[in-house]
Amino acid sequence: MGTAVFYLVAVVGVVSALAAISHKNPVVNVLSLVVTLFCIAVSYALLGAEFLAAAQILVYAGAILVLFLFVVMLLGAPEEPPAGERRPFQRVAGLALAGIAAAGSIAVLAGIRAAAPAGAVRGTAEALGRLLVGPYLFAFEFISVLLLAALVGALMLVKRKH
Amino acid sequence: MWAEIAVSAAKVAVIAGTVLTLVAVMEWVERRGAAFIQDRLGPNRVGPLGLFQPIVDAVKLLFKEDLTPANVNRGLYLLAPMISVSVALLTFIVIPFGAGKDVTVFGVPLGGIEVAPDLGVGVLFLLAIGSLGVYGIVLAGWSSNNKYSLLGGLRSSAQLISYELSMTLAVLGVLLATGSLRLDAVVARQGGQFWLGVIPQWNVVPQILGCIVFVVAVFAETNRLPFDLAEAETELVAGYHVEYSSMKFAAFLMSEYMNMVTASALVVTLFFGGWTFPGMGGFSGWPLLTLSLVAFGIKLAFFLWLFVWVRWSLPRFRYDQLMRLGWKGLLPLATLNLVWVGVAMAMGWIR
Repeated sequence: MGTAVFYLVAVVGVVSALAAISHKNPVVNVLSLVVTLFCIAVSYALLGAEFLAAAQILVYAGAILVLFLFVVMLLGAPEEPPAGERRPFQRVAGLALAGIAAAGSIAVLAGIRAAAPAGAVRGTAEALGRLLVGPYLFAFEFISVLLLAALVGALMLVKRKH
Repeated sequence: MWAEIAVSAAKVAVIAGTVLTLVAVMEWVERRGAAFIQDRLGPNRVGPLGLFQPIVDAVKLLFKEDLTPANVNRGLYLLAPMISVSVALLTFIVIPFGAGKDVTVFGVPLGGIEVAPDLGVGVLFLLAIGSLGVYGIVLAGWSSNNKYSLLGGLRSSAQLISYELSMTLAVLGVLLATGSLRLDAVVARQGGQFWLGVIPQWNVVPQILGCIVFVVAVFAETNRLPFDLAEAETELVAGYHVEYSSMKFAAFLMSEYMNMVTASALVVTLFFGGWTFPGMGGFSGWPLLTLSLVAFGIKLAFFLWLFVWVRWSLPRFRYDQLMRLGWKGLLPLATLNLVWVGVAMAMGWIR
């Protein structure tokens, strides 16, 4: 049962990820990304990380991508990409970078030893909460300060233009 | 195993059936309630007190021409009402409608009148799935290829994001006091004990601020007056569903009413003791189950009526007022509530 769900979610997730980068309509791109993130959330749930699954949907699918959609709809992006390539070297550079990234991923993936899942730690809200305000308290608080700094920085950049 | 599946399926059928029936009943209550508030009669011709009016309306909508306008984005145009209805139906599964932990049916434990009693993330699931509901409205607005629809969809997405934050913060206060994400636990903590011997220990008493913020935010989340800017008739004709007809239009209407039922059930569960009632210590088994359903029904009915009452009493907000209320009014209040709950718990004022 779990395996069947995993394969379904994996296939749907990969297909919609491809649609997210290849479809011509920007609204469809955003929606495909929503489906991909939803599939990732389901695989988290399958791994027993139920809090992470709920947070994934709540934060990414439910909030951030709504803003994406908002911007795409407000700007009314054209359906067709502009014809002709102005910078042909970009394609070569892109392929080279993708090759490097692929080589790196293969090296990392090959090095992973499949181990039995750790039984003691469950991805419940309680377990995660204890970790966040226990051993990882500093990192947790630091990230929140970092986000605040990013917010203030964005505001400053916008203000300067006016 | 088959008996367990049968019991679960029956539970799902009963709960979904009740909710969908409530949608029809609420349509009648809305129309008659509006008439009552405006000092007129309302639909009273079909059946006793006009009670069969929703059936007639549904038949009418089913038989109307299902028109798909030219120049719409067909796929997304069809998808939008489906998203709305599925999201509205999915959110019910974590709400405990009644007691019944100790009841067995054909030897199978019932586990309470709740579709998914063992879901650890509980209310988070509801918030997560509920946050997807905005896609139905936004997509309907965009795919219709109509400027009024688009404006409605855009307004709605901005509104939902703004109010979701305050709503979640208000829920956080309750979760903090409970120490669990499960709505079962939220209900259990509120039942059976009293302050000064008479006031039930419902969350609304220490967290009246959170309750007010939550109720206001929920009105915005369900797109009801005074926050129905997504479909403001006077400005946007009908907003995001201008181009929809027949059952596709009815799908949006149904999801709005289902969201209303969920929202009311959530207010009752989080702040008004859920299915608990004073004097429930003396009951167990089936009598407790029946009485708890009655108690939940009475509380639910009050908040459903509140939705109708407010809709026909208050005028609509202007868009800037709506945003100001959300960010400058509700958000600080919700934060204040959270701080208060934290302090009160640390000092031992509330258990």
